[in-house]
Amino acid sequence: MPRQFRTDLNWSDVTPKDVFLNRRTLLASAGAAAMGAIAGPAAAAKLDYAESAFSTDEKMNTFEEITNYNNFYEFGLKKEDPAANAHLLTVDPWSVEIDGLVDNPGTYDLGDILSGVDLEERIYRFRCVEAWSMVIPWIGFQLSSLLDRVGVQPSAKYVYFETLVRPEEMIGQKYPLLDWPYREGLRLDEAMHPLTIMATGLYGEEMPKQNGAPIRLVVPWKYGFKSIKSVVKMSLVEEQPETTWNMQNPREYGFYSNVNPEVDHPRWSQATERTIGKALFSRRKPTRMFNGYEEQVAYLYEGMDLTKDF
Amino acid sequence: MALTDTINAKVRKIPTWVVYLLGVLPLAWMIYLLFSGQLGIDPTKKLEHRTGEIGLQFLIASLVITPLVRYGRLNFIRFRRAIGQLAFFYICLHLLIWLVLDMGLMWGEILKDLYKRPYIIIGMVGFIAMVPLAITSNDWSIRKMGATAWRRLHKLAYVAGIAGAAHYMMLVKAWPLEPILYCVAVAVLLLVRLEWTLKRKLAATA
Repeated sequence: MPRQFRTDLNWSDVTPKDVFLNRRTLLASAGAAAMGAIAGPAAAAKLDYAESAFSTDEKMNTFEEITNYNNFYEFGLKKEDPAANAHLLTVDPWSVEIDGLVDNPGTYDLGDILSGVDLEERIYRFRCVEAWSMVIPWIGFQLSSLLDRVGVQPSAKYVYFETLVRPEEMIGQKYPLLDWPYREGLRLDEAMHPLTIMATGLYGEEMPKQNGAPIRLVVPWKYGFKSIKSVVKMSLVEEQPETTWNMQNPREYGFYSNVNPEVDHPRWSQATERTIGKALFSRRKPTRMFNGYEEQVAYLYEGMDLTKDF
Repeated sequence: MALTDTINAKVRKIPTWVVYLLGVLPLAWMIYLLFSGQLGIDPTKKLEHRTGEIGLQFLIASLVITPLVRYGRLNFIRFRRAIGQLAFFYICLHLLIWLVLDMGLMWGEILKDLYKRPYIIIGMVGFIAMVPLAITSNDWSIRKMGATAWRRLHKLAYVAGIAGAAHYMMLVKAWPLEPILYCVAVAVLLLVRLEWTLKRKLAATA
């Protein structure tokens, strides 16, 4: 592998946690002061989590990069919009409706969902369909554990997901930028895969609102738009569900949307990616099949023509 | 009439170097933001998009000059060359940023983009259309070519305008407002010219 991505940085180069936490505290108190605050800034809740063998040791993006460069059209089209607008979102109380082909359908309070899981840190590569990438330390739990708890019936073949619709708090939803609600879906075996997580935090803290608080999907071998944010509904279904970007433009965005350097987006190449946070003159890096998770997930697609089922 | 006369008289006194100076201010501002770390998380994309957008704005501004004379009796024609050259300058920067900062001079990828990606091809068509305009944007060329031939050549600005607006529209996801506005602006500016041409032809046959 000639031009494989390598870094001469190691763990000691990562910004120490207390440093960036400090920065956040400063920002939080500044924000609170500006609003003529209520009793002091709410301290960002620290999460208890275990490390995971699924984590990459590649250099992580900074908290600032991860939280200020987002595609979350519910809060506007520009990358800076979610960071500017997501504070309006109420994430507590939050519940997730789980229905369809399950033994225990119902509306589950987020607290109930979280009380039954062990949180893990999963440092994953994240590859956007727009050909940029990051490395993000998510905190979450395997979606399979939640699906096991609600009891998936044998006839279920797909999991369907929906994002909250609340235009008064999600100002992008006041315009028909997309056909709200944002919808996504996975085949059941993809959903049950150990790499697939529901994330509730990053960098050891509760999920920032612009990153899909309070609970979002993360599927690291698929383009980022598959990892639906601020999930309020999941359905176990028999037929392949409709998904937002596929509805928007089926020629450009397939149901699977696995990261694949050999299948280009009709309008641009997917062979390489720009690493967010790179130095101005550093190079793009080659995109890897299934975003580098080929060993773990390739078997899911055996016998499939990935140029057709893209 | 009196007001437009006053404006025209005032405008006549402004030296053209003022336009060049004002025209490079956005670049100076961008460079300042870059070096003070205020271009955000992805400075490469910011620089690439901003230079392309400013280039398109100057290009559209250059197409506004003639309708302003016809409809508003406002004469800014003496600034058109500067505006056009600024458009070319920013589009060159845009192209360079794409080649060097975005693509990192990966020529294999760049060449593939150049024949496979319609939005890149259209963008290049726009750039190439501007090259002869930039080369002939001087008094010597007008004298050498003769006004009629020069004017005909400079209709390439219409090609550049269409290509620029289409290039922007073709690379976005969903339907953001800005590229739609640029497409509308270019369409309106070219339609008024089509109207003039048709009227002239009708008058000639009548």
